[in-house]
Amino acid sequence: MAETTLGHADHTAPRPPGLRGFIADWSSDQRAFKGVSWGKAMMWIFLLSDTFIFGCFLLSYMTARMSTVVPWPNPSEVFGLHLFGQNIPLILIAIMTFVLISSSGTMAMAVNFGYRRDRRKTAILMLLTAVLGATFVGMQAFEWTKLISEGVRPWENPWGAAQFGSTFFMITGFHGTHVTIGVIFLLIVARKVWRGDYETGERGFFTSRRGQYESVEIMGLYWHFVDLVWVFIFAFFYLW
Amino acid sequence: MAQVEAQDHGLHGHAAPAPAMAHAEGQQHPIKLYLVVWGWLFILSACSYAVDYFAFQGMLRWSLILIFMMLKAGLIVAVFMHMAWERLALSYAIIVPPLVILVFVAIMVVEARYTEITRVLSFGTGQ
Repeated sequence: MAETTLGHADHTAPRPPGLRGFIADWSSDQRAFKGVSWGKAMMWIFLLSDTFIFGCFLLSYMTARMSTVVPWPNPSEVFGLHLFGQNIPLILIAIMTFVLISSSGTMAMAVNFGYRRDRRKTAILMLLTAVLGATFVGMQAFEWTKLISEGVRPWENPWGAAQFGSTFFMITGFHGTHVTIGVIFLLIVARKVWRGDYETGERGFFTSRRGQYESVEIMGLYWHFVDLVWVFIFAFFYLW
Repeated sequence: MAQVEAQDHGLHGHAAPAPAMAHAEGQQHPIKLYLVVWGWLFILSACSYAVDYFAFQGMLRWSLILIFMMLKAGLIVAVFMHMAWERLALSYAIIVPPLVILVFVAIMVVEARYTEITRVLSFGTGQ
């Protein structure tokens, strides 16, 4: 009896923070991720697996670039544009970077307004994020078109190591696909927010569970991840 | 049996779900925080671009690229993805495994160097 009482008392006791909390959370037969819904935990784990995919792409790019005896094309020149009567290095990629970071900013604010139950602002910010994402994909399509017209192919290019083309199309293509899927999902979630699905507890089409505003945050996690991957691609492929 | 039950109970006592209050309303932070981080991401991206624009070379270039990259990645994960406010159990589960990729990087550096040497020795340099 006394134990039961103790047990109940423990139920309400706060969990230890920091390193002790880490050990306590992991070291018993229970759900490990406290205060995190299954949807959010699963999105994180999916993003972890995606990290490995992009990690392997960048690794194969590193291996190809390090092991080739043919000089690697200079990305600063390859991705430069002739604007306003002068050559500006890497300018298109810089603009794409700013566009994607801006979309991450609007997404973060959309999540915030979602938890404040501000449907209008959440939906508008998500649509703005989708527009910025679509702009990014459009610029990438322009970049691909430009490079293909200049003779870049997965097996050859006019400036140097042949692996440049294959790694470029592989890495940016996969990233662009992620952005495109993100835009589609943004539109779907924005529509749900606009209709008030998360307030009336409408059942979703995919899991037929009742959605909450956490769905916006989970959507946001995916979107920020796409931005995160671009940070690494920008650093290793375009700047290195 | 009773002992197991008692143990189970004790375990359950410790394993009680964390107070839901912290997350019931989701992540609530002032909008200003996001705007500040957004501003920093712009500044850091501009710095990254400046590295290329002013054509820094060698170790200076590489270290600057990596520093700006890590700062940007850290800001996105910590603030935009709210990792800074998650419990350590989730943070470690997500952040530690990607670090193992560095081991893979080390292996592939050795492999790539070997391939390059083989190519130079067998086919001569260039084309």
